[in-house]
Amino acid sequence: MIRVLLALAWMVAASPGAQTVYQKPSEFIAGNFGGRLPEARAVKLSAAHQAMMKRFLGHSYQPSTIRYWAVGGTFVVILEEIGKTQPITTGFVVKGGRIEEVKVLIYRESHGSEVSRSSFTRQFRKAGLGADGKLDRRVDGIAGATLSVRALTGLARVALYLDRVSPK
Amino acid sequence: MKLKELSVGVLLLAGLLPSGAVTLEELASRMDKMEEKLQAYEARFGPLEESATPGVVAGPPQPSSYNSPKGGLPVASGAEVLDASYGVGGGGYSGGSSWFENTTLGGYGEMHLNLGDKEQIDFHRWVLFLSHRFNDRISLHSELEVEHSLAGDGKNGEVEIEQAYIEMQLGRGMQAKAGLFLLPVGIINETHEPTTFFGTERNPIESEIIPSTWWEGGIGLSQTLENGLSWDVAVHSGLNVPTMGSDAYRIRSGRQKVSEAPAMEPAVTGRLRYTGVPGLDVSVFGQFQNDITQMAGTEDNAAVFWGAAASYQRGGFGLRGLYGAWDIDGDSVAMMDLDSQYGYYIEPSYTWTLDQGNRVGVFGRYNHYDAAKGDLAQYDLGLNYWPIDNVVFKADYSHIDQDGKDTEDIFNFGVGYSF
Repeated sequence: MIRVLLALAWMVAASPGAQTVYQKPSEFIAGNFGGRLPEARAVKLSAAHQAMMKRFLGHSYQPSTIRYWAVGGTFVVILEEIGKTQPITTGFVVKGGRIEEVKVLIYRESHGSEVSRSSFTRQFRKAGLGADGKLDRRVDGIAGATLSVRALTGLARVALYLDRVSPK
Repeated sequence: MKLKELSVGVLLLAGLLPSGAVTLEELASRMDKMEEKLQAYEARFGPLEESATPGVVAGPPQPSSYNSPKGGLPVASGAEVLDASYGVGGGGYSGGSSWFENTTLGGYGEMHLNLGDKEQIDFHRWVLFLSHRFNDRISLHSELEVEHSLAGDGKNGEVEIEQAYIEMQLGRGMQAKAGLFLLPVGIINETHEPTTFFGTERNPIESEIIPSTWWEGGIGLSQTLENGLSWDVAVHSGLNVPTMGSDAYRIRSGRQKVSEAPAMEPAVTGRLRYTGVPGLDVSVFGQFQNDITQMAGTEDNAAVFWGAAASYQRGGFGLRGLYGAWDIDGDSVAMMDLDSQYGYYIEPSYTWTLDQGNRVGVFGRYNHYDAAKGDLAQYDLGLNYWPIDNVVFKADYSHIDQDGKDTEDIFNFGVGYSF
């Protein structure tokens, strides 16, 4: 027991101090624009837009000013949504009104990090926003990560919506 | 930038004040820090002085007819400042610098109505989550629960701390935790919000075989890998199972809930889990404790618990199954024929997504256990209705056939929420 405690204490003390950062936001953005970090733009959500956010997420989106990066038909946005108690920072790439890539950049929840795996996020590829406001592709969930799956699915709808309403 | 100019003015004015209060070097340092904070703020939330023409759409937007004004709001953001605004690279957590900005609340609750051979209404659980992130690495997770609505001497309910632990991120998907936490076993022990499972009442296997909700005090390590595998191991306080009376060697009665509990015999729990295929979750888990009675001077009742669980969701179809078994050493427990206790359930379901995002699902479940409470077979059939993801209404029927008791037919109705 004491050996286990000492081993754990050593591991914690020897830790380099990282958090669960799967990819830096700047690297994600630059990776979708040929290694260059384009100028960021921002869209301020109106009351009507927030009404759509409530439909997608069950609540309005905060902050109400959202940055995005858009060059040559590629729209990139980084969004955050709480799964159970902590925000999940996720990058979205949208082209032609369809999701090109979803990547969990920073995960902070204590459970549900399975949503960060590419085997899960691949399901969003080529998904669009239907007339009913839902994704037009099925996304299978992960037992034990229900709340994180729900958060990412909601954010995917937000990303597709922002692609439509953001000035290019 | 008004704030920038104001900041510079204030600092210059401070520089004209008698020395002894602030040195020029300190002023310069403060200006640098303010500039960094301002850049991080602008990078995250946009410029302080925005254009008079926000990039918004007038009128209620419809998915097929959005029109936006040309332009948009240019925002300066270098890579480092950008990453720092999301809490990467030493810039601190993106949630904010005030304690309340790094603190989150959540919760769930459920009320049950049982009719038929059991007639009872009960606000079974009211739970509040409180989490706080101290910095990029260290956070607190806690959960306070009131069971059965009313607690106190002679009352039915309890006020319990179900989770209160410090979690440390170690990198490479590895986490360490210390404190009071839920054990990584079964399906609903760690995730038991009423909106996430079928049935008004929880299944009996994850009550008698896995005594959910099962928490202990100790330390743990876990790691999630990109290939879909994850593992957990924890060393923690053990069960303290009674050896006499109607609950002799009943696993559920051995929970101490970390309340001035004997700590002579710790236990170790481990789990290996695979979730590499969307919709699939398979795990095996086990525990060892040298003596689950924690009684000095008597025989050791060493106990080994092991189990396996699987969940699969594809489209509307869902399937859950779980098996768990205890093997307890000792002559006394063998004489009572309780040295081997086991149980399992299987639960197919189907869920339809309706208009406006509401859902309805039907399920059936067969449960069987042979444990200290006897030999039980239970059949459940019912439905869940989610008007939104955070709220569920439940209605189901249970037929319970237990050795030595009359069969029971119970109709259950419930309402639950989580946020």
